[in-house]
Amino acid sequence: MSIRVTIVGGGIVGASIARVLSRYENLKVHIIEKMSDVGWGVSKANTALIHGGYDDDPQKYPLRASLCVKGNRLWQKWVKDLEIPHVWSGALIIALQNEDIKHLSTLLERGIRNGVPEMRLVEKEELQALQPGIASEATGALYVPTVGQIASPRATVAIIENAVKNGVKIHLETEVQGIKVSDGEVKGIQTPRGFMESDVVINAAGLYADEISRMVGLDYFTLRPRKGEYLIYRHGIPGPTRVLFPTPTPKSKGIIVTTEVGGHLMIGPNAQDMERDEKDNLATTEEGLKEVLQGARKLWPGIPDRGVIRTFAGLRPEPPNGDFIIRAEEVWGFINVAGIRSPGLTSAPAIGYFVRDILRRDLGLKLVPKRRWYPRRRDITRIAAIPDAQRDRKIRARSEYGQVICRCNHITKGEILDAVERMKYINVKTPSIDSVKFRTGATSGECQGSFCMVRIAMLLAQEYGVPLWNVTLKGPGSELGIGDINSLRREKK
Amino acid sequence: MIYDVVVIGGGPAGLAAAIKAHEEGGKVLILEQAEYLGGILQQCIHPGFGIHYLGEDLTGPEFASLFIEKVRSLNIPYILSAHVMKIEIMLPLAKKIQLIAPKGTKDIETKAIVYTAGAREKHGFEIGITGDRVSGIYTAGEAQSLMDLYGVMPGKRVLIVGSGDVGLIMARRLSLEGARVVGVVELMPYPGGLARNLVILRDFNIPLYLSHRVLEVHGRGRVERVKMARVNSKGKTIPGTERWIECDTLLISAGLVPDVRVLESLGIRIDPSTGGPVVNEFLETTAPGVFVAGNSLVINDLVDYAVEQGERAGMQAVRYAKNGGLPSMNWIPVEKGGNVRCVIPHYINGENEVILYLRARKPVKDATLVTGKKMHKIPVVTPAEMLRVKIKKEDITRPFKVEVSP
Amino acid sequence: MKYALTCIVCPLGCVIEVEIKNGEIISVANYKCPRGKEWAIEEILSPVRPFMSVVRVIGGIFPVVSVKSTGPVPKENMKDLTKLLSNVVLQAPVPAGTVVLHNPMGLKVDIVTTRDA
Ligand SMILES: Cc1cc2nc3c(=O)[nH]c(=O)nc-3n(C[C@H](O)[C@H](O)[C@H](O)COP(=O)(O)OP(=O)(O)OC[C@H]3O[C@@H](n4cnc5c(N)ncnc54)[C@H](O)[C@@H]3O)c2cc1C
Ligand SMILES: Cc1cc2nc3c(=O)[nH]c(=O)nc-3n(C[C@H](O)[C@H](O)[C@H](O)COP(=O)(O)OP(=O)(O)OC[C@H]3O[C@@H](n4cnc5c(N)ncnc54)[C@H](O)[C@@H]3O)c2cc1C
Ligand code: SF4
Repeated sequence: MSIRVTIVGGGIVGASIARVLSRYENLKVHIIEKMSDVGWGVSKANTALIHGGYDDDPQKYPLRASLCVKGNRLWQKWVKDLEIPHVWSGALIIALQNEDIKHLSTLLERGIRNGVPEMRLVEKEELQALQPGIASEATGALYVPTVGQIASPRATVAIIENAVKNGVKIHLETEVQGIKVSDGEVKGIQTPRGFMESDVVINAAGLYADEISRMVGLDYFTLRPRKGEYLIYRHGIPGPTRVLFPTPTPKSKGIIVTTEVGGHLMIGPNAQDMERDEKDNLATTEEGLKEVLQGARKLWPGIPDRGVIRTFAGLRPEPPNGDFIIRAEEVWGFINVAGIRSPGLTSAPAIGYFVRDILRRDLGLKLVPKRRWYPRRRDITRIAAIPDAQRDRKIRARSEYGQVICRCNHITKGEILDAVERMKYINVKTPSIDSVKFRTGATSGECQGSFCMVRIAMLLAQEYGVPLWNVTLKGPGSELGIGDINSLRREKK
Repeated sequence: MIYDVVVIGGGPAGLAAAIKAHEEGGKVLILEQAEYLGGILQQCIHPGFGIHYLGEDLTGPEFASLFIEKVRSLNIPYILSAHVMKIEIMLPLAKKIQLIAPKGTKDIETKAIVYTAGAREKHGFEIGITGDRVSGIYTAGEAQSLMDLYGVMPGKRVLIVGSGDVGLIMARRLSLEGARVVGVVELMPYPGGLARNLVILRDFNIPLYLSHRVLEVHGRGRVERVKMARVNSKGKTIPGTERWIECDTLLISAGLVPDVRVLESLGIRIDPSTGGPVVNEFLETTAPGVFVAGNSLVINDLVDYAVEQGERAGMQAVRYAKNGGLPSMNWIPVEKGGNVRCVIPHYINGENEVILYLRARKPVKDATLVTGKKMHKIPVVTPAEMLRVKIKKEDITRPFKVEVSP
Repeated sequence: MKYALTCIVCPLGCVIEVEIKNGEIISVANYKCPRGKEWAIEEILSPVRPFMSVVRVIGGIFPVVSVKSTGPVPKENMKDLTKLLSNVVLQAPVPAGTVVLHNPMGLKVDIVTTRDA
């Protein structure tokens, strides 16, 4: 008999769990996501680092410590199998003062205990050679070659596409409003689209995981949002070749300086504790951005005053004791995967396997591997990035691949149409600019869409058969217009 | 096929350059990124184009069509939806342009290039606006193309950042179509637009907030309100003067920046005061045989000047191609004196009459423009209006300094 | 009633003062030339403006085509003109220069298209 598994939340964690569970014949996996596309929660706005795993104290945060290191190793496979854009640049944790060096030795020891490979301390001279341009105050560093970076919203999309290919069903714009429990067992979930029966409910709702948990009567934890803000700079402003961290504080890993996957200098995040009811406050602040800039300049003094092309903020779901909460609860069939703060992105694939083991061990389910499971997913071909001859073949086969729409990142009409096809493949109902952006990179360059946004909207309108003004920036409520050009004049008649 | 001149960008400057280069006997090709020729003019549906050049007041599309028809009647070839990926200078007389176009990738070889790719608009992130990232925040050009190319009404209650001509013209378009423009916010203590456009504020009862800055946007899916504050003479926010304005749309009209990214990879020198390349009086950049005109050179408020620059660049580009380069010269740098924010060209030679384009930093009444030893009386100088002066050969001195004084 | 108008005829931008009583002009001051005076009087008594808008078009290059008035129109009529135009839908092809509205509201101007559609 097949077992119905419902995953609440289509973020990187829900997606990773779904992908792992999609390997089994007898699981019918559904993902329920309230937003109009996947990966738009915490997984959208973060530093996108695949951490090494030296930072998490195994005594205090045992889950973080073990899942981060495992996750790093798994990502090195997943990025290849799923064609997720990535760079494995390694990281330098920089000591600016003498006491920092002592702290770095502690991190090194912790890393050794957590099983992080290839770490070592480097002295001033080697540091300057490893990273020209670094602040001259830097006296040494901990070098962690296994640190990588991925395109994080695109990673969720990639994993979900692969999961859907392997039979996972996804329900977007569907909010879980209640969970039915009887006789101490989970029975299903309540959504505005109706009741869905379920034998197992996995709570991977990010910032809202405490609220989902409360739906089955478990209120032993609350999550507090902690904001982090970022700045991204235009091409041509040099960033470091490695990820630069300051020596961490107990509260956070500090403000980092990096060249993100798209090649832009990126700095952030700060850490600002928010009220519990501010889980949707993603506003950037003048003070916060100033703090980030000041912090980043300590490591990378060359950051100019001008040249910012983008600022954004993310919210970390902070659990009470700092560690992930991942376990089968007393309500049979209900599994919490909550408080997945940093290094949650790194840990996500490992969390997937961890949850599978919970199904086996704690729920006693026997999982039957599928005979046929597809490990691979192909990314949308980046026309500008492929060799000339191959590009020419693509264009000759389909002329839309020869029509550049996003000038800054050289994204073609064909790639945007591919993105629309992918959106439809996972049942995205509301056309939005962000859905295209997080599949192709269009609108994320220097002009931030002022050249191409309207043209992309036009394509979305055509492909979805809706008027242009109904195309959204990021889902219902963010429509680009209020009607046709005459709508205000007609109304007033 | 080896071209004499390839024109990159088919806006008014590029079309003018191509026509001139063709008339001078050059083998010319136009590359245009969009699906149509005419550049930004196709979406500037208001009149105000061609008053100097044609002595006639046309709308943007009408002005553009004169040039497009001429290009067609002269059979000057052009490629639409042509995206320049890279330019390589192989030899002084061999430049390779790598293209993505609907017919395939293509390498085009040419002796000279006229670069007329226009400008890009500054967006909200660049001018330090913080807060929520929601829909309803548009650059003026985005709103213009939504309305006047695609027929979409962007919003009902609009706050506009920037009192330059572009912002004012959009204030009129929005008001005409029934939106309420709740204010125009200007950082400087004086308005940025021409007097004839400032009338728009009076016509539609639009408040102008001088010495104000937009700080923050608040909204869920869409803009709900916007915070602004007064600034001091250094442009810094004066604490306690913040206030919220209810609106559903924020239009950013904070200026244009020459779009010279393709050229930057050639290592040409850029003038931080214009954002465009450093040029001599032939409008040649520091890369031999690469010329620039229009908004890629300097932001022009008048299309007439963009066209004039295009013609000059087109003519000189042919000369470069035919003669294997332009003559070596002992250039005279054009020095910026008091109250001059930027001036084009950067180098002159004293052997020809030249046209200077310059912009002042501050408004002045009864001003004197000093160029070398010559004085020109100008009743009113404002930063909003680019000054254009012809300098006779005999008035060129070495050194040569330009100054705007009261 | 006194009005202060910034003259737009030339770049000097004189701030011309116009005084009216019962709809009649009783004084004009602070202008430096007769063109400015003329403009100020007209601006008070019967201000006119260039008019531009777009009209929906089916099957065209873009969903709308730009239009203008062949001459300036009284300021107070602009709103009604856009209302009139909001009911117009054209069928492509429409060459530039096509008359969309002939002498609307008796204003003695035509509304014509300014680009091909
Ligand atoms: C500033 C910042 C920097 C970070 N940097 C890093 C880093 O560099 N490396 C790293 O490893 N980690 C990092 N993290 C942590 C990482 O981003 C998160 O751990 C991870 O993204 C969490 O993923 P998730 O799937 O649990 O949450 P989410 O992505 O938030 O997914 C949860 C989903 O559940 C949906 N949902 C919520 N309620 C409901 C409901 N009632 N019904 C249906 N759907 C619902 C939400 O819409 C959301 O899409 C960072 C986090 C932040 C905020
Ligand atoms: C809102 C607004 C209102 C204006 N109003 C007036 C007015 O009333 N009167 C007046 O005289 N002037 C006005 N102007 C100014 C005038 O429009 C400009 O000076 C003029 O358009 C500049 O012409 P250009 O050819 O340099 O640039 P553009 O018109 O911008 O043309 C540049 C062209 O280059 C193409 N391009 C860009 N990159 C590439 C590439 N890599 N490869 C190939 N092609 C490329 C673009 O698609 C575009 O077609 C206005 C400008 C604006 C923005
Ligand atoms: S009144 Fe005459 S001089 Fe004064 S601004 Fe008007 S036109 Fe110019």
